[in-house]
Amino acid sequence: MISVQNLHKSFGKLKVLDGVTTNLEAGHVVALIGPNGSGKTTFIRSILGMVKPEQGSILYKGEEILTGWKYREDIGYMPQLAKFPERIQVKELLDMMKDIRNNNKTDQIDEELIELFDLKKIYHKRTGTLSGGTKQKVSAALTFLFNPEILILDEPTTGLDPVSAEILKNKITKEQQKQKLVLITSHILSDIEEVASHVMYLHEGKLQFVKSIEELKSTTHETSLNKAIVKIMQQEITKEIA
Amino acid sequence: MFDILRNRFVIGYCLFIMLITFGLLSLEEGSSKSTISLLNIVLLVVPLISIVFATIHFYNSYEFMELLLSQPVRRSTIIYSEYFGVSCSLSLAFAIGMGVPLIFLNQGLVSLYLLFAGIILTFVFVSIALLGAVNSKDKARGIGTSLLLWFFFTAIYDGLVLLILFSFSDYPIEKYLLAFISLNPIDLARVAILLQMDTAVLMGYTGAVFSEFFNSWEGLLFSSGLLLLWAILPMLLTVRIFKRKDL
Repeated sequence: MISVQNLHKSFGKLKVLDGVTTNLEAGHVVALIGPNGSGKTTFIRSILGMVKPEQGSILYKGEEILTGWKYREDIGYMPQLAKFPERIQVKELLDMMKDIRNNNKTDQIDEELIELFDLKKIYHKRTGTLSGGTKQKVSAALTFLFNPEILILDEPTTGLDPVSAEILKNKITKEQQKQKLVLITSHILSDIEEVASHVMYLHEGKLQFVKSIEELKSTTHETSLNKAIVKIMQQEITKEIA
Repeated sequence: MFDILRNRFVIGYCLFIMLITFGLLSLEEGSSKSTISLLNIVLLVVPLISIVFATIHFYNSYEFMELLLSQPVRRSTIIYSEYFGVSCSLSLAFAIGMGVPLIFLNQGLVSLYLLFAGIILTFVFVSIALLGAVNSKDKARGIGTSLLLWFFFTAIYDGLVLLILFSFSDYPIEKYLLAFISLNPIDLARVAILLQMDTAVLMGYTGAVFSEFFNSWEGLLFSSGLLLLWAILPMLLTVRIFKRKDL
């Protein structure tokens, strides 16, 4: 669905992405993991067109996206920290987003998360008065609102209470069954184990591997994803020392 | 698209301008005296407020712009709506604040010029502010740059021009002075208004050169055209940079 070829990006001297090449398929929930500063967020932001890579290409349905903007109709993005203009109400924010997407296909609108998170209750509160977790909920609802084909979630469960995190995870699994592509970054491996089908491991801007979770467990001879990942990270460190 | 009009600050700015205009107009007897005071407000306060407000607003809506960027929207649309959102609401506040008292107390062509100059200066300085803001990621530096730019255009630039004027006073440099003035939007507005007020005679020979030039229709067109250019060019540059920027 998305094909990334030889993506390079550096900030000053620091190489953040160093020749990443991969294919992301519909129906997969890909968990993007790696140590801090390994280029996860930059990778996501390249797909969103926020960061302009120096080299390489990203194709979505066979079309180059680095110069386009239309393709973002098919993407729902939930940033790590949700920030909205402070003086508008939640309802106005949602209406504004609908307006931006000038959505005439109202049947496409997916308000399930608004129901589940009970956001109608806070429709008339200003976004500036909301707590961090509630903002995350609004942000999540906004991400799924337009029923996009690609969902990109940057640390979606941070700041959410356990009940809401559970709701979100169930939603992700549900979307996967609708043959959508979900791309998640998270450091909470237990969350990833619950929802992800594949793991994509970045280290210092280089893509180490993309494997399904079962494959990963069998190659490392571990029963939990947590241990498998820790084992891999340690291997990387010993490689570096040697 | 943006929520600026509901901002308390803009309403405060509108009331502030209104208060000052009312005060000045009722304090001073002669209308040309108070117009000069008003002119100074327009030339100092309007650029300052525009440039600082636009810069701060840009940084404050940065995260929101990120949110918009993940939507199917062109980058140029985002920055243009930021520009028009800020400058339209600021000039609306200015127009109401200064326009209402002027209608009641001092109707006339000069008042109209004043309003026009204030509005166009708002656009000019919002555009300059955005140019500064897209060039630095750091908020403090961005605001510092914009204050420095304001100070440069209001004070330093005039000092430089005076310096040149003194060092070359033996030569006929009026024409060049005209060019210098065109390079500073505040001067441009000041000269254009002063010359509409029949005070040009006080400006001596230079004033005569100017009034010959500016008082004609061509002069007025020339100065408005240049001011428009001042509003458009920095903005075009801003859009270019914004389009290529990593956010």
